[in-house]
Amino acid sequence: MSAISAKAASSAVALARKGVARSDAIRNAWEFVIRGLLGCTALISIAITVGIIGILLRETIAFIQLPEIELTDFLFGTTWSPLLGAEKHFGIWPLICGTFLVSVVAAMTAIPLGLITAIYLSEYATASKRAFLKPVIEILAGVPTVVYGFFALLVITPALQGACNFIFGTPIFSGYNAGAAGIAVGIMILPIVASLSEDAMQSVPRSLREGAYALGSTKFDVSVKVVTPAALSGILASCFLAITRAIGETMVVALAAGGLAHMTLNPADQVQTMTAYMVQIFLGDAPAFGVENLSSYAVAMVLFILTLVLSIIGNILLNRYREVYE
Amino acid sequence: MSNISLQTKRILKNRAFLALCLLSTSATILILALLIVSIILQGSHFLFNSDALSAVFAHGELSQIPKIFRWDFLTNFASRFPEKAGIYAAIIGSVWVCVICALLALPLGIGTAIYLEEFAPKNRWTALIDFNIRNLAGVPSIVYGILGLTAFTRMFGLFGSDKNSALAFGPDDAWWHIQFPFGQGLLAGGLTLMLVVLPIVIISSREALRAVPSSLRQASLAIGATPWQTASKITLPAAIPSILTGAILAMSRAMGEAAPLLVLGIPVFIANTPDNLNDNFTVLPFQIFNWAGRPQESFHQLAASAIVVLLVVLICFNGVAVYLRQKLRKPMA
Repeated sequence: MSAISAKAASSAVALARKGVARSDAIRNAWEFVIRGLLGCTALISIAITVGIIGILLRETIAFIQLPEIELTDFLFGTTWSPLLGAEKHFGIWPLICGTFLVSVVAAMTAIPLGLITAIYLSEYATASKRAFLKPVIEILAGVPTVVYGFFALLVITPALQGACNFIFGTPIFSGYNAGAAGIAVGIMILPIVASLSEDAMQSVPRSLREGAYALGSTKFDVSVKVVTPAALSGILASCFLAITRAIGETMVVALAAGGLAHMTLNPADQVQTMTAYMVQIFLGDAPAFGVENLSSYAVAMVLFILTLVLSIIGNILLNRYREVYE
Repeated sequence: MSNISLQTKRILKNRAFLALCLLSTSATILILALLIVSIILQGSHFLFNSDALSAVFAHGELSQIPKIFRWDFLTNFASRFPEKAGIYAAIIGSVWVCVICALLALPLGIGTAIYLEEFAPKNRWTALIDFNIRNLAGVPSIVYGILGLTAFTRMFGLFGSDKNSALAFGPDDAWWHIQFPFGQGLLAGGLTLMLVVLPIVIISSREALRAVPSSLRQASLAIGATPWQTASKITLPAAIPSILTGAILAMSRAMGEAAPLLVLGIPVFIANTPDNLNDNFTVLPFQIFNWAGRPQESFHQLAASAIVVLLVVLICFNGVAVYLRQKLRKPMA
């Protein structure tokens, strides 16, 4: 007994000597340097934001100051024809309209499917089914967006055309259309809705469910009338964050939605979104300082502000439910 | 009597809702299956050798097995002629740009996460950085492309134009040859992808660090370790499996991104692999985008084949992530 404690004591003394060998001053200086370095890495994220806003602002201001551009025309105009025709028009609304149409179709695909899947995973599925289904659904989030573009262009569009041909006798959907692109984007954002909503539902306290069961509720009553309202801010957050992704989605719409910017709410028509216009400009060899090139920065600014606002709302909602239940 | 019928109604409603749940969940799975099957079917022409396939399966000639795959699709450069086209340059480019992206994004992202979780005081500035990172994760990747174009490809015009650089280091044939601005080179691509995945790496690493029980930290601090000793020897090793998993998922995101690189203006057709950090490159998703956008059907088949290759690579990434998580996970606290 005493032999063991003597051994322990001597090794403790050795450890203490080793520690003292490096003086406290050096150790503190080292600590200070490391802390500074890590702090600098954290500042990089601020630098990125400042960089994005700075560049977009500079080029947008340069765009607005061009003699052929009117700010009111850009913000309220409903004709976008920067490349075609003698008279160029830069009114942003057709691009916003296209983006809106694709996002609405995506939301209509993703939100019902994603929410019901989330309710199933959280309330109905057994642990083993959940352990299998959740990763499988999350595979959809890992598929590169260009793959969804291919899927929209070469699988969903022909399927929609075939279905309409069968029912109405004409294909209705054109070769490039907002509907197919929207459905593909919807499939892409479905895991965001399902996964985040399920997390929110899981963090609803068990006591609420058990209270409802004790009053004689069915599983349907519990999940729809108790859990869903309790998790509402988390569910809304998931929808906002998913729609943010849909608005910023680029490769799907560049491949499948077409390139005609006009005011339409018909999903069978081709549309151009803000991101698709940027692709068109950056893919073509537009000169680095021409009016077309500058216009893409102005479009990027609008896109950035739009997604930023939605993502801020989403994150505030997310924090709210975390505060309530965690 | 009316009570019983009300109860039956509610039970029926519950059953109907369960059916709806099953329907929508299986629809999701079905969509995934449809996606994969349709792409494999379209891509089979350039992936498999039909003669060898029939020889092996119909006639049992096992010697033909190595010839089942059309390896030349992997080793050829892109071409105007679909039958001669391959994805060699795109694969090499994707690998290079991902490695550069990982070398930049992982230290920065994990460093930021350690700072925010282990060092940062809880004040307004920390809250601002946290808020900023969460919102950066929602910025469309094409916007990061614009930042990359200005900051890396053109370097704000400080060193001449990207075609005619004013400043260069190292011999042309050395891999570390660097010129400013970076132009459409590997370094510009890697840095731009770093911007895209940095918020993802930070967020997933922070979650990993947060999951380490605070009793471990307190024990370490209590026996006299400094905060950095605690972070580097106790917290980080405990969190590393989850951090690595997040990092690999972030890298698979980088592997699939085309939009930011498209903004940089990377070429589709190149007939050589990159020699140095400034050399031009192309990536698989961009090659797929280009082929899928052409009108001819054989290019669509090429795109599908390239997608299959890309998906196989990503599945391997995810497999490694799952393996690491299982292998390195130790019970904590």
